[in-house]
Amino acid sequence: MVPSNCRYTKDHEWARLEGKKVVVGVTEFAAKQLGDVVFVDVPQLGAKVEAGKTMGVIESVKTVSDMYAPVSGKVVARNDALEGDPALVNQDPFGKGWIVEIEMANPAEYDRLMSPKEYEEHVAKSGH
Amino acid sequence: MKKTPLSAVHEKMGARMVEFAGFAMPVQYTGIIEEHTAVRTKAGLFDLYHMGEFWLTGPDALKNVQKIITQDAEALSDRQIAYTPMCRPDGTIVDDLLVYRWNPEKFLLVVNAANIQKDFDWIKSQLSGNYEFEDHSERTGLIALQGPKAQEILQKLTRQNLKAVKFYWFTTGKVNGVDMIISRTGYTGEDGFELYFPAEKSEMMWHALLEAGQGHGLVPVGLGARDTLRLEARLMLYGNDIHDQTTPIEANLDWTVKFGKGPFNGSEVLKKQKESGTTKTLVGFEMGKGPAPRHGYAIYSQGQKVGEVTSGTMSPTLQKNIGLGYVPPSLKAIGSTFEVEIRGKMYPATVIPTPFYSRSKDK
Repeated sequence: MVPSNCRYTKDHEWARLEGKKVVVGVTEFAAKQLGDVVFVDVPQLGAKVEAGKTMGVIESVKTVSDMYAPVSGKVVARNDALEGDPALVNQDPFGKGWIVEIEMANPAEYDRLMSPKEYEEHVAKSGH
Repeated sequence: MKKTPLSAVHEKMGARMVEFAGFAMPVQYTGIIEEHTAVRTKAGLFDLYHMGEFWLTGPDALKNVQKIITQDAEALSDRQIAYTPMCRPDGTIVDDLLVYRWNPEKFLLVVNAANIQKDFDWIKSQLSGNYEFEDHSERTGLIALQGPKAQEILQKLTRQNLKAVKFYWFTTGKVNGVDMIISRTGYTGEDGFELYFPAEKSEMMWHALLEAGQGHGLVPVGLGARDTLRLEARLMLYGNDIHDQTTPIEANLDWTVKFGKGPFNGSEVLKKQKESGTTKTLVGFEMGKGPAPRHGYAIYSQGQKVGEVTSGTMSPTLQKNIGLGYVPPSLKAIGSTFEVEIRGKMYPATVIPTPFYSRSKDK
């Protein structure tokens, strides 16, 4: 089950609407696939990100994976706790493991993201 | 993809499987860091069926072994084991292997999975005189039991006195009723054993060992933790740290090159390198918080690319980023600094002593 108050990308990021901003992280499925996260390259404050484009990198012991911005806009907050404790992404992917907050340039993009139900079907197809 | 006799067992136990050297192998069960820590503090169990086992026997076995390896097999006692590079005449490394000496007319050579065919062809091309040379890789099961609790666990299944088997020595005998080679070796930097037995006994042995390890903290371990464990102990990974274009002198494996034994494949080139130095040398380094160094990343000094990272990881034991890489000799001293390029950015690195981790010997 994925949180019903978020929307999702096919690359396993989640986005949660808060006014005109969205909080962004990676899903539990992604965190499990990655394994132990050891470093998150979080975009800088003020950085411009574009929907579907790389916004940072997440490293586990074994792999390096790109993170994609679910929506376009400006980074207005970043989760500095990840610097000291990147494993938060594994422990609490939808909560304390959040990654950035983006001020949306085009709020319609949020509505085009996958619904929780669509995302669950997507995960089921990705196989476990 | 080939299966090991235990591939199905790993899948059933919930391991994430990957292809490695053509085999379906577990990369992790519960998590690399958890498995890594279990081996450092308690014990871990590894399926190593994929490794290659060659037997070289006959009156000229010793003479032939001496020619193909850089270590001195004549100086070994019977039932002693040596870690050794195997070089070409130009000094480059065909593979690194373990040489088990039964007696001067009987040796077991254990080679890397990805190199089985290459090594077999190479060795065959080098042999002369009266010998027999056979590849027993497919019929040989291999399970490693590693960690400070390894002896205690294994002793429950055998009447052999394991205490008497020193590190890098082996004995033969029954474990759980199965005749096998009990080798006190490993690729983790911990105490432990590698057990060679008929492949068809693999599943029975796997379960017997796991059961014996209950209450001792024994867990199954995948290739992910195998890699971080060996890197902390500065054990070479063929294909990364050493390969077809490196020599043992460049890799700082001088201790495995025994010039005193007389000529062998590569001895002339290696002697020259030993005396007049090499253009690159393998060093261990650490990096600050941030992204981990990884195989293939470029090493820079004063704006110039001067080398390459061969292995790197966040070290679960030391909780910092560590790596190995080839650099010019001018950067090999402890404390030397250089930069590692990661996704277009430069990050500072400092040369530190290796192995990064050594177990305390009084355990």
